[in-house]
Amino acid sequence: MSARLALRSAALGYLLLLVGVPVVLVFYRTFEDGLAPVVDTLTDPGFLHALWLSVIITLIAVPANTVFGILAAMVLVRDRVPGKRILNVLIDLPFALSPVVVGLALVLVYSRAGWFGEWFEANGIRVIFAVPGMVLATIFVSLPFVVREVVPVLREVGQEQEEAAWTLGASSFATFWRVTLPAIRWGVTYGVVLTTARCLGEFGAVSVVSGRIEGRTETLTLHVQNSFENFDRVGAYTASVVLALLAVLTLLAMNLFRRKEPTHGDRRPAGH
Amino acid sequence: MAIAVRRVTKRFDDFVAIDNVSLAIAGGSLTALLGPSGSGKSTLLRIIAGLETPDEGDVAISGDDATTLPPQERGVGFVFQHYAAFKHMNVHDNVGFGLKIRKRPKAEIRAKVDELLELVQLDGLAERYPSQLSGGQRQRMALARALAVEPRVLLLDEPFGALDARVRKELRAWLRRLHEEVHVTTVLVTHDQEEAMEVADRVVVMNNGRVEQTGKPRDLYEHPANDFVMSFVGPVNRFGEAYVRPHDLELRLEQNGATSEGTIERVVHLGFEVRVELLLGDGRRALAQVTRDEAERLELVEGQHVHVRPKRTTVFAEGESETETANV
Amino acid sequence: MAARPETLRLPRATGVSGRWFARGFTAGYLGLIVLIPIAAVIWRSADEGLSGFWDAVSNPASVATLKLTFLVSLAVVLVNVVFGTLIAWVLVRDDFRGKSFVNSLIDLPFALPTIVAGLTLLALYGPSSPIGVNVAYTRVAILLALLFVTLPFVVRSVQPVLLELDREMEEAAASLGARPFAIFRHIVLPSLSPAIISGSALGFARAIGEFGSVVLISGNIPFKTEVASVNIFNRIQSDDPTSAAAMSVVLLVISFLTLFLLDALGRWRTRHER
Repeated sequence: MSARLALRSAALGYLLLLVGVPVVLVFYRTFEDGLAPVVDTLTDPGFLHALWLSVIITLIAVPANTVFGILAAMVLVRDRVPGKRILNVLIDLPFALSPVVVGLALVLVYSRAGWFGEWFEANGIRVIFAVPGMVLATIFVSLPFVVREVVPVLREVGQEQEEAAWTLGASSFATFWRVTLPAIRWGVTYGVVLTTARCLGEFGAVSVVSGRIEGRTETLTLHVQNSFENFDRVGAYTASVVLALLAVLTLLAMNLFRRKEPTHGDRRPAGH
Repeated sequence: MAIAVRRVTKRFDDFVAIDNVSLAIAGGSLTALLGPSGSGKSTLLRIIAGLETPDEGDVAISGDDATTLPPQERGVGFVFQHYAAFKHMNVHDNVGFGLKIRKRPKAEIRAKVDELLELVQLDGLAERYPSQLSGGQRQRMALARALAVEPRVLLLDEPFGALDARVRKELRAWLRRLHEEVHVTTVLVTHDQEEAMEVADRVVVMNNGRVEQTGKPRDLYEHPANDFVMSFVGPVNRFGEAYVRPHDLELRLEQNGATSEGTIERVVHLGFEVRVELLLGDGRRALAQVTRDEAERLELVEGQHVHVRPKRTTVFAEGESETETANV
Repeated sequence: MAARPETLRLPRATGVSGRWFARGFTAGYLGLIVLIPIAAVIWRSADEGLSGFWDAVSNPASVATLKLTFLVSLAVVLVNVVFGTLIAWVLVRDDFRGKSFVNSLIDLPFALPTIVAGLTLLALYGPSSPIGVNVAYTRVAILLALLFVTLPFVVRSVQPVLLELDREMEEAAASLGARPFAIFRHIVLPSLSPAIISGSALGFARAIGEFGSVVLISGNIPFKTEVASVNIFNRIQSDDPTSAAAMSVVLLVISFLTLFLLDALGRWRTRHER
C-alpha cells in the first residue's frame, strides 16, 4: 500500500510544482494590486486590439484548416494514391517543427525580397509585417489537428454506409454531406477545438512574421511579451490570465467532446 | 434477362478474383451465388452493383449496358452483411433515404416508409435508431431501405452472416416469403450451402473465381458437374475415384452383396436422421446417414460390425460425371 | 479478350469528380502552406554554398547553441520517460478524489500559449519568487520550461496503452511468484515501450524547437542559455536570413528524422499487433 501512496505523491508532487502552483500564482499575481489595474488593462486599446486580432486570425485559420482536414482525411483513408507517407510527413511536420523556422520560411517566401514578394508587391498586398502573413503562419502551425482527429474516426466508420448511399442513388456530394460528414462530426468537433486553442496560443511564428507593431500586428500572445518587456507586469499577467481562461475553456470542451468520439486513435498533442 | 454478366474478369494486383465469368439471371428469380471464401462471389455481386469495375467484360441490367454506370444509376438495391445502417438517422430516415435523395414530398415518403416497415414487420419502430435494434431488425430495415427505391434488382451480400443461427434460419424463410410477395429479381451471396439450397430458385456454384455449375438446387445435388460441386453442396464420402452420399451408403448386418465392412465408431442421433461414423476395414473413415427407424431396426450401436454397400456412386472423369446406381 | 476502352477509363465507378477535387485541394493546400515555405528555407540555406552553410552551423556560437539545445532536450526526454510513465500509471491504476481534475490538468500545457507558460514559470521560479527560488537566466530555467511544455506527450501516449493492457498477463505473472516491480519490469514495461518511445520522440522534437516558453525565462545569454530557436530568431532580426536558414535546416533534419522514426514505429506496431 505504501508503494501506491509513494507513487501517487511523486506524481502529484511533480504536477503541483510544475503546473499547479505556477498557474495559481499567476492568477494571484494578477489581482494582487486590486481590480483597478486589471480593468485598466482590459480596457486598454492595445490590449483590445490584440484580443480582436487574435480572434480574427483564429476565425480565418480554423475554417480553412477544417475544410482541409476533412478533405485530407478522405484522401488518406478512402483514396488509393501513391505517396501517402509523404503526405503524412508533410501534415505532421507542423507538430515537429520550431515555430521560428515556420516564421523564417514565410518571410523567405512572402517578404519583398522573397520568392513571391515581387508579385505581392506589385499588387499592393503586404504579407509580412501584416495580418495576412500572421494568418498564414497560424494556418501552418495549426494544420494537422483536424486531419489527425478525423482519420481514425473515418477509418472506424468504414465505407459501407457510403456504398449503401450510392446504391440508393445519392451522388458523391450528397453522400459526403448526408452520410460521411454526420458520421465524423465528433472527430471534426474535437479537431476544431484543438485547432482553435492552437491558433489563439500561437506565438513564435507570428512573432517572426508580424514585426510586433503594437496596435497593428500584435496578437494577444505577442501583447503578453510586449507588456512584460515594457515592465507592465499587471498588463502581462492580465493578458496571460485571459489566455489561460481561454485555455481552460478549451480543456472543458476537450473533455466534453472526448467522450463523444468513438475512437481516439493516435492523438498528437498541440504545439507551441 | 434481368442481369447478364458477360466474360467478366477482375484482378486485385496479382490476385485474379473473377476469371472470365459469364452468367444470365432471369427476371423475378431468386438466385444464390454459392461458394467458399475467396471464390469471387462477393466481388461479382459488387461488380453487378457497380461498387467495383471489371477489368474485362461487361454487365447488362434489364437489357441496358451498365458496365460504365455508377451504382447510383443502375437501379440496384444492395444489402450488406453488416447492415451499413446510417447510424445517425432513425429507422424512418434510413428507409426513406433513397426517396429523399429523389426529392419526393415528405408525405409520400412517410406513406411509403410505413408501408415498407409493415412489410418487413418493423412497424412502430420508425423513430428508433439502429443502435436500438437487434441484428435481425437492422437487416430487415436495410432490406426495406433497399426496396424503397423500387430497384430492378436486389443484391444481398451474405445478409445473414452476422446473425446468430436461429435468427439466420428465421430470416432465411422470411426472405423467401418476401420474394414470393415482392418478386424483385434477387441475387443472394452466401457460403452456406443449406441456405442457398433452401432459399434459391437457381444456384450458381463458384470456386476460385470461376463458375463450377449453375442449376436448380435439386439438379446440383443430384447431378453435380464435378467433385468440387458435389463436396460443397452436401456431405460426401470419397472412395478412390467414387463419391457416395452418406444417405446412399447402405448398412447391413450380413454380407449379402456388400462391398466393404467396418466398425461403427459413433452413432449420433440428430432427431429424425441418424449419423453413423464408420471405420472401414481398410482403415478409412466413412459417414453414413440412416433414418431413425432404420437405426432402430438394425439396432446400431458403437463398436458394432456392419457391412457397407453404396447404393449410388458418382465418378467424375474429364468434364463428365457418371452416376451408377447399384442393383438390389 | 481485350479490355473495352470504356471500362478502363473509370478507375472506380463512383465519386470520381469528388475524388479529384479532394486530391487537388489537399495537394494544393499542402504545397502552398507547407511545402513551398519549407523549400524556401532549404534553398536559402545553400545561398552561400556548402562552405557558407558549414560556417553558419559550425561557428562557436552555433555549436554552443546546438549543444545546449540538444543536451537539455535529451535531459527533458529522460525526465519525461520516468515521470510521464509514472503519472500515466497513477492516472490509470490508482484512484483518488480529484483524479479526473488532475487528468484534465495534464492537457493544460497543450492548451496554454507558450509565452504564458514561460511567464507562469517565471512567477514561481524567477526574481520575484515567493518561495525564494530564482533560476531565471540559467539552464535550469530552460529545463523547467521544456518540462512544462512536453509534459503531456509521454503521459497521453502511454495512458491509452495502459488502459488496454490485459491485466491477466500480470495476474498470471503474480501467480507464478513475481513481485510487483518484477511484473512491471518484465510484463508491463515491454508493452509500454513503443508508446513511451513515440511520446518521447514527439517530446524531443518539440523541445528542440521550443521558443515561446524559453524566451522570457532563459535570458537568452549567448553561449550560456541561448537555445536554437532563439538563435535563429536573432539571426532573422539581424537581417541574416541565410545563416538563420542554415540553423533551421539542422532543426528541420531532426524534425524529419523524428517523424520518420515515428512512422516506422507505427508500422512496426501495427505489424506486431496480436
